[in-house]
Amino acid sequence: MNLAITTESLTKKFGAFTAVDAISLEVAQGEIFGFLGANGAGKTTAMRMLTGLSRPTSGRASVAGFDVSRQPEQIKRNIGYMSQKFSLYEDLTVKENIRFYGGIYGLSLKNIGIKTEQLLEELDLREVSKTPVKSLPLGWKQKLAFSISQVHDPAIVFLDEPTGGVDPITRRHFWELIYRAADKGRTVFVTTHYMDEAEYCDRISIMVDGKIAAMGSPSALKKEHQAPSINELFVRLARVTTAGLG
Amino acid sequence: MSIHHISKSYGPVQALNDVSFEVSKGELFGLIGPDGAGKTTLIRILTTLLLPDSGEARVIGLDPVKEFRALRKHVGYMPGRFSLYQDLTVEENLNFFATIFGTSVRENYHLIKDIYSQIEPFKDRKAGNLSGGMKQKLALSCAMIHEPEVLILDEPTTGVDAVSRKEFWEMLHRLKDRGITILVSTPYMDEASLCDRVALIQNGHILNVGAPADLVKSYSRHLWAVKASHTLRLIEDLRKHPAAYSAFPFGDSVHLALKGELAEGELLDYLSKKEHREIEIKAVEANIEDVFMELMAKKQAV
Amino acid sequence: MSPFFAFVKKETLHILRDPRTLVILLGMPIAQVILFGFAITNELNDVRVAIFDSAKDPVSMEISDRLTSSGFFQLSAETGKEEDLEGVFQHERVKLVVVFPPGFQERFYRNDNPQIQLIADATDPNTATTIVAYASAIIRQYEEEKKGSAALPYAIKTEVRMRYNEELKSVFLFVPGVITIILMLVSAMMTSIALTREKELGTMEVLLVSPLRPLVIVVGKVVPYIALGLIIMGIILGLATTVFQMPIRGSLGLLVAECLLFVSTSLSLGILISSRVKTQMVALLISLMALMLPTILLSGFIFPVENMPWLLQIISHIVPARWFIVIVKGIMLKGAGLEVLWEETLILVFMTIVLIGASIRSFKLRLE
Repeated sequence: MNLAITTESLTKKFGAFTAVDAISLEVAQGEIFGFLGANGAGKTTAMRMLTGLSRPTSGRASVAGFDVSRQPEQIKRNIGYMSQKFSLYEDLTVKENIRFYGGIYGLSLKNIGIKTEQLLEELDLREVSKTPVKSLPLGWKQKLAFSISQVHDPAIVFLDEPTGGVDPITRRHFWELIYRAADKGRTVFVTTHYMDEAEYCDRISIMVDGKIAAMGSPSALKKEHQAPSINELFVRLARVTTAGLG
Repeated sequence: MSIHHISKSYGPVQALNDVSFEVSKGELFGLIGPDGAGKTTLIRILTTLLLPDSGEARVIGLDPVKEFRALRKHVGYMPGRFSLYQDLTVEENLNFFATIFGTSVRENYHLIKDIYSQIEPFKDRKAGNLSGGMKQKLALSCAMIHEPEVLILDEPTTGVDAVSRKEFWEMLHRLKDRGITILVSTPYMDEASLCDRVALIQNGHILNVGAPADLVKSYSRHLWAVKASHTLRLIEDLRKHPAAYSAFPFGDSVHLALKGELAEGELLDYLSKKEHREIEIKAVEANIEDVFMELMAKKQAV
Repeated sequence: MSPFFAFVKKETLHILRDPRTLVILLGMPIAQVILFGFAITNELNDVRVAIFDSAKDPVSMEISDRLTSSGFFQLSAETGKEEDLEGVFQHERVKLVVVFPPGFQERFYRNDNPQIQLIADATDPNTATTIVAYASAIIRQYEEEKKGSAALPYAIKTEVRMRYNEELKSVFLFVPGVITIILMLVSAMMTSIALTREKELGTMEVLLVSPLRPLVIVVGKVVPYIALGLIIMGIILGLATTVFQMPIRGSLGLLVAECLLFVSTSLSLGILISSRVKTQMVALLISLMALMLPTILLSGFIFPVENMPWLLQIISHIVPARWFIVIVKGIMLKGAGLEVLWEETLILVFMTIVLIGASIRSFKLRLE
């Protein structure tokens, strides 16, 4: 099994506060991995380390074969990233957005041209290629953002709460795109705090207070903890009990 | 609350198209639909903030267009993104909102005690430094402080984690038990089951209104939950089956909706021939997402 | 506590919780007054001058002497040939060349049209005019001493006295301007930003849904800024009167009242802006472009209104600052009262009424 991401006791401290507390995990190539946690559980900090934006305090992590402490620049070149806010330029057209991102990832002009045609074809966006992104429906933007995040064929793509607020059909079309990408051998790393998204992943981990509280396939975890849904399991694990609640 | 044939457009965009439904007194009513469906526009019309192009509405018997001043005294409103003053402390925010509604925290503390006591230990903290869940509780306290008869909440659970969402719904249920009418909007279909009744809304159209259990029962198709080792190929193969109406991933399985009937054995044979392994087939009840998708497809077909 | 005072309190907290903005608002007037008072002056000192004396007689040498010993000019070159003229301007960086023709003394005593040529570097026209005026004055004075005023063929004698600002201190000119700009800035820009911030935060929605009347929202919002404006005015006046000995010849009460009037004009402008825009960014840009620039450029603060092209002069009539500056100068420097300034005051009152009316009308009870 080829590993896309490995971490060993990965830790990040801010002063006396330990945001990420010695997490160890392995994600295989072509796997869809759900990285769950409550607000403030350390999800964002962990992901910043994995994407080379923040240096770990201790421990080791390797992403796409590069060390996060020593080779952050190589990591950035070999991963894709898409957030819920899409990072598309609303006032640029579909084509201009694709060409722009192709450009910043250093694709040759010829490759940008090929890639643009290919994406327009795959996403069925040829008719709107000259339309500004802001006038596209939410679902189309989402697909476009997802594909653009992989315009440079990265080994791993990081998705930050990708499907919040879209209708159920659009959402399923989007997950099919993710399955397709994974099928081609791309690793998909999804961070989210919406538990129903977790059910679509091959494997998930649940972070609580900087540590990984559970890890495994959604069905195995549900069986192991006898929980009807990942949501239920999550609430149980992350129960930050507040006084006064019955 | 009653809404009759409300329409509203912004330029060429039709945000609401002939929307009608009713909310009974004391009900916890969910307005469920994706972003851009028109939820916020409808809520703003009901809270007197926008004027409809046509149609009319009544909230606690008052017209939000003509009797907006009277209505404003009796509505508790929590806009999306919890509108709090980030640079004021928890306590200052609450005091301010109490005063502008002509009451005081002391006078009405009993109304919010249940919720506010959870964030009271942080009362000197600035609202901007609270977690999403705590902001949500503070905003709800602020909306409740003047003892409103109806509470209208716009996407209160967007952007907060599962634990806070669960707690929030528990609070809404307790408010409901006190007899307050609650209208809450959400893009999360799974929250439908927490409401007494829901309206499903998409592109400005109401798709259906009813109790979640009734909506699910109204789903007429046979539904199989199918699992196999290779999900992507499974979806594609299921869609190719002549009896398939639709096939969509649902968590770790695929929901196959049928045009007519299909025996389990037949489906198993079909998939085995296509070289799927570890096949599991189970008849399932539709959930609210299946219902929503079915209604969406019907609406588009019209 | 009444809702109104709750509102004022909340708004005051916003101001106090943002110390950075507060420091800028209080520090800026101090910095401006000090800069304008000390650093930026129109007075001349040691201007480099070249003398091109073809006469070399006692009279021409005495005049040269007078010029260079006046303190205003500093001799940097003496040249003999006219061809050098360009070189002197280019290389010696002189601002003025004084040319005496041959046989100057003779013509001077015979009253045979004695001529001195003054050639100034007019890349900066204002400075050039001032330099020439200073030099001319020195030369004329010499002539008077030598011949007595009666001897002059043209017996008109001008006696110049600079009233209201005898020492021509530029700080006297700038203080009214700085007061105007700062009051406009605090009142119009800060209120338009504060109001649009509520829209951006979404709190405006809650305020609108509350039983508060729009008037209470708006007035509650602006009262702290009126106070802030008056504090800042106090700081500027305090600095001007103590550090720069600037007089307040008229009534202080009238001055404060006129400032309140101008603050009201600016506040209603701010409210009007905020009712038309949705974001703080746009409010800031509009306040800067539509309010601050005319206030600085068209009010007569920097460029005299009388010297503007007629079109700009007409536009300047609708700039409130233009009238306010006249009022402040009148009260502080001339000791004028309402009997003199009633016209300007009435114009401001009229503007304020129109603007308040417009801003209340356009303040929306709803979100659209």
